[in-house]
Amino acid sequence: MSVPALCLQDVTCRFAGRGLSAQPYTAVEGVRLSVEAGEFLSVVGPTGCGKSTLLNMAAGLLQPSAGTVQVDGRPLSGINRRAGYLFQSDALLPWRNARANVATGLDFRGIAPAEARAQAQRWLERVGLGRAGERFPHQLSGGMRKRVALAQMLILNPALLLMDEPFSALDVQTRQHMENELLAIWQADRKAVLFITHDLEEAIALSDRVVVLSAGPASRVVGEFLIDLPRPRDVAEIRLTSTFLDLHRKIWGALRAEVMKAHEQNQA
Amino acid sequence: MNRTKPRLWPWHLALLLGVFGLWQALTSSGVLPEFFFGQPTKVLLKVAQWILGGEIYPHLAVTLVETLLAFALGTALGLVVGLWLGLMPTASALAEPYITAANSMPRVVLAPIFAVWFGLGIWSKVALGVTLVFFIVFFNVYQGVREVDPVILANARMLGASRRQLVRHVYLPSATSWVFSSLHTSVGMAFVGAVVGEYLGSARGVGYLILQAEGAFEINTVFAGILVLTGCALLLDALVNLLERRLLTWRPSRDGAATTRD
Repeated sequence: MSVPALCLQDVTCRFAGRGLSAQPYTAVEGVRLSVEAGEFLSVVGPTGCGKSTLLNMAAGLLQPSAGTVQVDGRPLSGINRRAGYLFQSDALLPWRNARANVATGLDFRGIAPAEARAQAQRWLERVGLGRAGERFPHQLSGGMRKRVALAQMLILNPALLLMDEPFSALDVQTRQHMENELLAIWQADRKAVLFITHDLEEAIALSDRVVVLSAGPASRVVGEFLIDLPRPRDVAEIRLTSTFLDLHRKIWGALRAEVMKAHEQNQA
Repeated sequence: MNRTKPRLWPWHLALLLGVFGLWQALTSSGVLPEFFFGQPTKVLLKVAQWILGGEIYPHLAVTLVETLLAFALGTALGLVVGLWLGLMPTASALAEPYITAANSMPRVVLAPIFAVWFGLGIWSKVALGVTLVFFIVFFNVYQGVREVDPVILANARMLGASRRQLVRHVYLPSATSWVFSSLHTSVGMAFVGAVVGEYLGSARGVGYLILQAEGAFEINTVFAGILVLTGCALLLDALVNLLERRLLTWRPSRDGAATTRD
């Protein structure tokens, strides 16, 4: 078997407690997870189960308290330069217009401004915003901002895509549209994807494999499911197929207990 | 856009004329002694004399130069120190009590010291203005740097920003927007520094004119000086508005009408 694009080996992440008497908080404990090259992997789990913590460790924004993160077989230190990150909330630079935002990563790499602008324009066209280049983020809708963020990430041609519930703030129609666009773009060159979501349907519709995380604190992997649905897929239509429903029933069986647990903790 | 807004300027004008008319009536009828309260017609006459006779321009120029210098130096200094301390948690923790102390001190009392250090020329007034402007800008930038959205920072880092690029492309623009939000106050403060400095000891400037007039009990001239200063302050404020609109196009407008949907 080839070397996985990303491999989390028994990673644990603890945060220092806030205040004097607070206990340290263990977000995830002993998580073992790997994303193969070209694989679309989703991680689902109840709210507050440390999904984002996993992603931040894969990105190198957070150091694991124990265990190692390997990228293409090499241990990661510092920021993961091979990864692109699509954030849950708005992460565009508000003082740059759409085109300049897409070109940001190229600017940081010292690419000539004219060349960076031309490339950014091509990417804006690819995400359907060819004519919105002069607009500032506050002049774009939520869906358009997500597309700009997607182009901003993809222009650097990262080998690994990290996505943290990127579409959770969008309305249902925009969301399905974005999911299909994401699949179409991904289909073109099949990068490794680690996709975090709390929406099981989204996870099944998009992924090759779904990993279920237990309720926090100290979340672990409690289940792993292969999604053998044919590609290319339409996320709206595939939800109606019987294979999809079978998979959904099976994974929900594993997820339900964890969701209940998280719910009870929130009530307490 | 303005359709919903009733046209208020005729009323503003009527209010102004009313106040001046009342003032005129009270002083000319002798209810208020003209010696202490002046008279609007004479005040306006004085202003007209100044403007037409050209007597005011050198003084006004001095005051405005002091204001602009104090504003520019104070802003630059506040921006640099604010950025630096905002990015250095240790240094800022060390400096914090002293910054608080310096800020709570009534800085106008520094005027005599500046007069001794920098003489009676423009630089003692600039120095006073700088101490006033500096703290406004400094606190805004300091706050701005510490409240940069962590997601935007993380995004910039993931896109490959070095430490320097983070400062240049994330911290600085973010801090600049905070500077602009304090611009109106800081221009006003620069003006206060210049005029108060002149009033406390100078040989030129509008503050000096007012001081001279006060010494000679020419109350109309004092009012004329105040009127000219108010006019200048309004003009500066309008300039700031213009600058703000030109430089901060990326910020959502206050009525939030610019958002579109796809």
